[in-house]
Amino acid sequence: MMTVVARRLGAMVLTLVLSSVVIFAAMYAAPGDPVTFLIGNPENVTPEKVAAVRAQYHLDEPVWVQYGLWAGNVVQGDFGTSFVYRQPVTDLMGPRLGVTLTLVAMAAVLFVLLGVSLGVVSALKRGTVVDSVITGVTTFLNSVPSFVIALVLVSFFAVELGWFDVAGAGTGFGDRIYHLTLPAVALALGALAVISRVTRQTMLEQRTLDHVEAARSFGLAPHKVVLRHVLRNSLGPIVTMCGMVLASMLAGTIVIEKVFGLNGVGSLLVEAINTHDFPVVQAILLYMVAAYMVVTTIVDLAYPLIDARTRERSRT
Amino acid sequence: MTVLLRPAGTRPAWLYRICAGILVITVAAAVFAPIVAPYEPSAADFAALWQPPSLEHWLGTDHLGRDILSRVIHGAQPSLLGAIALLAFATVLGVLIGVVAAWKRGWVDTVLARITDVMFAFPGLLFVVLVIAVFGRGPATAVIGMGLAFAPVIAKFTRAVALEELARPYVDAYRLQGVGGVELCLRYVVPNLLPTLAGYLVVLFGDGLMSLAALNFLGFGAQPPSSEWGLMVEESRAGVIQGYLAPAIIPGLAIAIVVVATNVVGVRLSDKLAVRP
Repeated sequence: MMTVVARRLGAMVLTLVLSSVVIFAAMYAAPGDPVTFLIGNPENVTPEKVAAVRAQYHLDEPVWVQYGLWAGNVVQGDFGTSFVYRQPVTDLMGPRLGVTLTLVAMAAVLFVLLGVSLGVVSALKRGTVVDSVITGVTTFLNSVPSFVIALVLVSFFAVELGWFDVAGAGTGFGDRIYHLTLPAVALALGALAVISRVTRQTMLEQRTLDHVEAARSFGLAPHKVVLRHVLRNSLGPIVTMCGMVLASMLAGTIVIEKVFGLNGVGSLLVEAINTHDFPVVQAILLYMVAAYMVVTTIVDLAYPLIDARTRERSRT
Repeated sequence: MTVLLRPAGTRPAWLYRICAGILVITVAAAVFAPIVAPYEPSAADFAALWQPPSLEHWLGTDHLGRDILSRVIHGAQPSLLGAIALLAFATVLGVLIGVVAAWKRGWVDTVLARITDVMFAFPGLLFVVLVIAVFGRGPATAVIGMGLAFAPVIAKFTRAVALEELARPYVDAYRLQGVGGVELCLRYVVPNLLPTLAGYLVVLFGDGLMSLAALNFLGFGAQPPSSEWGLMVEESRAGVIQGYLAPAIIPGLAIAIVVVATNVVGVRLSDKLAVRP
């Protein structure tokens, strides 16, 4: 087991290092001299000033030296200073990470609860109208772009009914949850199809296995058969799929943040791209890759804990 | 990246026919847009802003008084072409990686698998953001960026089917006749993979269309006056708060309908094409 963990962590670190190289190289190759963005006002451009800025940001060093300096600082938690805000990147990202992570957490609760319940219902009612309706509706929701779903929600719940504000992330815990409700729903709806389908499929496979038949023939109550045997043994694939959806959601809030005017990491990324704020772009891209890697690695490592049947295999 | 939809049991044949019909109509609209569309797509009419559907404007007008039906019809072309270009680019790259990995095996396979893993770790929009940060924005950049994000998916699929294909007797037969590796792959193996790949690509098409629409919505791809569907939603976004939902939701529905239709047709096609003697 320990070797599996070590190997998985090693692969994660290797992928992160490779990604950091790609991200750094892309920013390095980007057109335009960073000096012009750094000095800002063209009237201030004097040879001395340019030289000072170049020295301060190590722009005259070879690429690999620049990468080394950057990576060394990143490891110590220093992502540099924003070109635009003149603030440490970590200070900029802190509050925005709060918004984005709360949003993703709320969406995750929603898509796990709703997705698994819908999957269980359609597995139990397989072949009926209920099953077809669930499959049809979730598939359709998966085919509508999330920004369109979001706009429909805004139009109905915020503009027509006035239950929610049109934009903004709110302040304080309760207000934040209230403001992020519509965005979280918009984010979660698209994921329902995948989760409910995996739940339905694995449950249908488990249903016909011998131990389930045995439990049923011993007269165990149907809901106990479903919860203790069918659903319990289906958890592995369901958790894996939930983890994958969650992992891509951590980097997939950009569009939703734009629709609801949220000051999250995604909108900061769009803004930083538009203003050529490279340190910020680098930090956010690195955060997104890291978040994806961490979640998928945790899910991989947790699999044997959820599904004891795979424990033997992973030990060898 | 959205996870691929698997076939949900057997779907009735009429659903397939309707969806195929929708695709034919969409492609026809894209090709014959100037003839079919009742108005110029960017002709503003400030006397008729935010019109509801009427006989003059079947789907109403937007915030500049432009006819929404005409804009959706004209938008079919950039929307569909974008997704096609994206898949073409991703297919060339993905098939190259997949076939080479399956052919060479060993360390080449391992290295390529590692590279595709890194590409997988860049979820969805990230790749695009990276390409856009380097090359600036525009339809081509969006296509290349998204193509890079789709390539590993296609590479993985191609590698799996190519491994099977390379194990077939004819490959050894040609090799014994002295046919070189590159020629063998290009002339015999890849063409044999294409039918299986084609069905898969049609299913992927919906994903590609949605991803590009999202990019255009963010303003990273097509620019005005294009009436690409994602861009149309973005331009009509402000109207939603004023109570005008239709101009934003109609192009959104167009995307959804095409995505559903290609999924149904694609799943059916891959079922049919993947059957091998």
